[in-house]
Amino acid sequence: MTAPFDLNDDNVVVIIGTGAGGGVLGNELAQKGVSVVALEAGGRYLPEDYINDEWESFGQLAWLDPRTTSGDWRVARDFSGLPAWIVKAVGGTTVHWAGASLRFQEHEWKAKTTYGDVQGASLLDWPIDAAEMAPWYEKAETKLGVTRTGGREGLPGNNNYKVFEAGAKALGYKEVHTGRMAINSADYDNRVACQQTGFCFQGCKWGAKWSAAYTDIPRGEATGNLEVRERCQAARILHDANGKVTGVEYFDADGNLQMQKARIVCVAGNSFESPRLLLNSASSMFPDGLANSSGQVGRNYMRHTTGSVYAVFDKPVRMWRGTTMAGIIQDEARHDPSRGFVGGYELETLGLGLPFMAAFLDPGAWGREFTTALDSYENMAGMWIVGEDMPQETNRVTINHEVKDKYGLPVVDVHFDDHPNDIAMRNHAYRQGTAVYEAVGATRTFPTPPYPSTHNLGTNRMSERAQDGVVNKWGQTHDIANLFISDGSQFTTGAAENPTLTIVALAIRQADHIAAEMGKGAL
Amino acid sequence: MTRKPDLRSMTRRELLASGAKAGAALVIGSNFVTHATEAWAMETTALEPATMATLVQMARDIYPHDRVADQFYAAAVKGYDTPEAAPAIEAGVAALDAAAQGMGHPSYLGTPWERDRVEILRSMEQSGFFQTIRGGLVTGLYNNKEVWPVFGYEGESFSQGGYLDRGFNDINWL
Repeated sequence: MTAPFDLNDDNVVVIIGTGAGGGVLGNELAQKGVSVVALEAGGRYLPEDYINDEWESFGQLAWLDPRTTSGDWRVARDFSGLPAWIVKAVGGTTVHWAGASLRFQEHEWKAKTTYGDVQGASLLDWPIDAAEMAPWYEKAETKLGVTRTGGREGLPGNNNYKVFEAGAKALGYKEVHTGRMAINSADYDNRVACQQTGFCFQGCKWGAKWSAAYTDIPRGEATGNLEVRERCQAARILHDANGKVTGVEYFDADGNLQMQKARIVCVAGNSFESPRLLLNSASSMFPDGLANSSGQVGRNYMRHTTGSVYAVFDKPVRMWRGTTMAGIIQDEARHDPSRGFVGGYELETLGLGLPFMAAFLDPGAWGREFTTALDSYENMAGMWIVGEDMPQETNRVTINHEVKDKYGLPVVDVHFDDHPNDIAMRNHAYRQGTAVYEAVGATRTFPTPPYPSTHNLGTNRMSERAQDGVVNKWGQTHDIANLFISDGSQFTTGAAENPTLTIVALAIRQADHIAAEMGKGAL
Repeated sequence: MTRKPDLRSMTRRELLASGAKAGAALVIGSNFVTHATEAWAMETTALEPATMATLVQMARDIYPHDRVADQFYAAAVKGYDTPEAAPAIEAGVAALDAAAQGMGHPSYLGTPWERDRVEILRSMEQSGFFQTIRGGLVTGLYNNKEVWPVFGYEGESFSQGGYLDRGFNDINWL
């Protein structure tokens, strides 16, 4: 039974957002007996609602509220109003994610120490490390049922993977496998095994892929301690004269402004909405926005160094069949500056349907150079690059007061310029990805530009010292004790790995900390 | 941009004439465009039939797929045949014909070689008209389920139980 909490109940923890961070945090707190109100801007969609159709699903799930872009990244040119491809729904982007669940490498927690000074980069070490995170990663892997961890088998490889694996082995790569995936290779935790349907990005209709939408959230609700309020857009976090947060103003599903009192507020709206909410909550006491005495809110936006390589062969591949992200090459994930850049990258298979391939292969292109590629769609294989990008203070999310959402709240502008290290890494990855496919007879390859960002990180980063970031090692803001950040925006650096597993591990750890501090009366 | 009536009528005459002479695939009537051999026809309501015929050719020249029939290109641009959209489209096609004439051709449709038509399109690639038509085709053409089989794309698979028993790993040439 869902708990209905009173707006004036000032004993609740209010969480904004229900994705990998907020959704998991809400359940974990509810399991510990903490009262939670979760505000979710989107609606609730479950496996029976998901649609095996790329554009129709995009219309159902994607965050399409206005945002603006600037900077030299190609996304600003190709998709100027859509800097990110993320979800507005209960469960957040865990509905859309591919399921890749990789731990950070040990050195990636200490990027500043490992990479040294990189000109133009605002590198910083995380105030936590691999040893600290190991038990939380294990809990996260168990929760998500990650393959190739905890004795769980890997998934079988599909056609796209087989091409990728053959090329990788021909090239001498050693760490090649079907990935550590939050997609069941056998029935697990009341979820069935993967049926190789494809359309992982459109929401898994089998529930074989972990998503907070149909795991953590209903389980939290079943305790009676979690209330999820759907279609509720947070507008402003309120505080008292002592500088402690006291509640959250939000627009409910009918568009009416409400105010929920709170004992603690946890912000998990992703790397755009979280800093937007802090900045839009500026007051006479905090004129630059909440938790922003460092001036770091919104800065150091990271999106991973990405791109894709697609290749055409003389025979069919049919890459759309089966798991979308069906395998990985990890040999390039190491830190090896002899390649001409710091940090590393993963190569992961990716398949798009024809409608999205037409939109993303080479946005804006036309004519036979483009259409002959699509003529060979059936013979195409594809992979995605995901590498560590350099945090830069000037890559940032700011409030664009010229553009308002439907509630009249100013939206964010997302500014991003590639760092020279990002460009060197991407070019290296394009060469290696191309070589993988040429090793198995590709007749034509396409170094495809980045899509709107799916990995949105930084903007409220974690730091040892208050002047270097926004939150401490618990995700607690340096400035306000009862205000937490619980999503990927707290990432100090991005590492080379898909971020969800780390967001989940941090959320489980944060729930443990918050419950303990509440128990001690410290919060 | 205002269209020139004389150019429009000339274009249409030319079209009808060239269709008769050269056996061009598109046949233009007083309020419809059809195909000489394929079983489809499209009535136009707000647009001149000749304008629709030019749009269909322009669509094919932007995203040429020789195995995709005209009816799919026609379906992809049919949405412009509304009173709201028509004035801008008529003006855009008039500009396209003017560009063709500037390159020594009688009109866009009267330019027989694709390479010459592509050159005309390149000259107006930055225009709002071109970008509107091109952008609309990305979904108008490629998001049409009827056209997917031409590319081998199988679309929805959940109702068939996915590909677990239907060839997700059936590659045999590696």
